[in-house]
Amino acid sequence: MGNRFIHSISLGAVLFAVWLVLSGHYTLLITTLGVISCAVVVSIMQRMDLIDQEGHPIHLTWRAFTYIPWLIIEIIKANIDVLKLILAPSLPVTPTLLRVKASQTSDLGQVIYANSITLTPGTISVDVANGEILVHALTRSGAEDLMGGEMDRRVTRMVGEDK
Amino acid sequence: MSMMIIDILSWLLIIAGSFSMIVGGVGVLRLPDVYTRMHAASITDTLGAGTIIAGLILQAGISLIAAKLLLILIFIFFTSPAASFALAHAALSSGVEPILDSDLRSDEEKEKSP
Amino acid sequence: MFAAAAAALLITMILALIRAIMGPSIYDRIVAVNMFGTKIVLMIAVLGFLMGRPDFMDIALVYALINFVGTIAVLKVFKYGDLGRAHDDEEPL
Repeated sequence: MGNRFIHSISLGAVLFAVWLVLSGHYTLLITTLGVISCAVVVSIMQRMDLIDQEGHPIHLTWRAFTYIPWLIIEIIKANIDVLKLILAPSLPVTPTLLRVKASQTSDLGQVIYANSITLTPGTISVDVANGEILVHALTRSGAEDLMGGEMDRRVTRMVGEDK
Repeated sequence: MSMMIIDILSWLLIIAGSFSMIVGGVGVLRLPDVYTRMHAASITDTLGAGTIIAGLILQAGISLIAAKLLLILIFIFFTSPAASFALAHAALSSGVEPILDSDLRSDEEKEKSP
Repeated sequence: MFAAAAAALLITMILALIRAIMGPSIYDRIVAVNMFGTKIVLMIAVLGFLMGRPDFMDIALVYALINFVGTIAVLKVFKYGDLGRAHDDEEPL
C-alpha cells in the first residue's frame, strides 16, 4: 500500500515535470489546471491498476545512472564499427543468428536487456522466449562479443537480481 | 571564450551526426537483406539522432527548448528499439529468410524456423 | 551550418526513399519509412533552429510519437489484417 502511494506520487511528479516542459505558460490558473490534469491521469491509472514496479520502476533510478553511461559508450563504439563496415568497399558483413541467455528473472529485466541489445547497432533482438533472446548480429565478431555476456551481467546487476 | 568552445563543440557534433546519417542512408541501400538494413537504420536512430540533438542542445543553451530536445531524444531512444524489435520479429515470423554467414543456433531449431 | 545539417538529412531521406521504392519486400519498405520518419523529426528540429522558430520543437515531439505508433500500426495491420485483435497465443520462433 505504502509502496503504491510512493509510486503514485513519483508518477505524478514525472507527469507534472513533463507538463511544465511542454507548457511554457506559468500563470496561476494554467499551472493549477496542469496539476489537476496530472492528478486525474494518476487516479485513472490507479483505477486501471497500472501503477506497479513494472510500469514505473523507480527502484532502478540510482543504478540506472551507472548503467546508462556505460550503455552510451557501448553504443558509440558499436556505431563506429558498423560505420566502418558500411564504408568498406568489399562490404565485409557476416550476418549471424544466435541465442543468448538472459539471466534476468523478471520480465522488466529481460525487456531492458533485449532493448539494450537492439539499441546497440550491429545486434538486433528478434525474439524473446524462455529466458533466451534470439539475436541477429551483423558480424560474427559482434555476435561473439555479445556471447561474452558483459551486457547481460550489467543489466542483471542493474535490476538487482545478481544475488 | 567558453561560448566559442561550446559553439565549436556543437558544430562538431552536428557534423558527426550528419556524416553518420548519410552513411546510414548509404548502408540502407548497400546492405543485402532486411535484417542487415535494420542495423544501418539503427545507426541513424542512435548515433545520428543523438549527436545532432546534442549539438542542437548545446546551441540552445539551458532553456525550455533544450529540455524539449532532450525529451525528443529520450523518446527516440525508447521507441526505436521497440519498433526495430517489432519489425524484425514480424519479418522472421512471416518467413523472410535472413542471409546468414554463420548460424549459431542448434540444428533442430534451424529446421523448425521458417 | 544548420543548413548543412538539413542538407545531410535531406540526402539521407532521399536514400531512404529510394529503398522504400525499391523494396523488394514489405519489411524493407517499413524499415525505410520508419527511418524516414525519424529523419523528419530531426529535420523539423533543425528547421526550427534554421528559421528561428523554437515552437517547431513541439511539432517534432508530436511527430516522434506519431511515427512510432504509425510504424507499429502498419506492422500490426499487415500481420493480422486487424488493429483490434489481441495475440497472446503466439508461438516462439
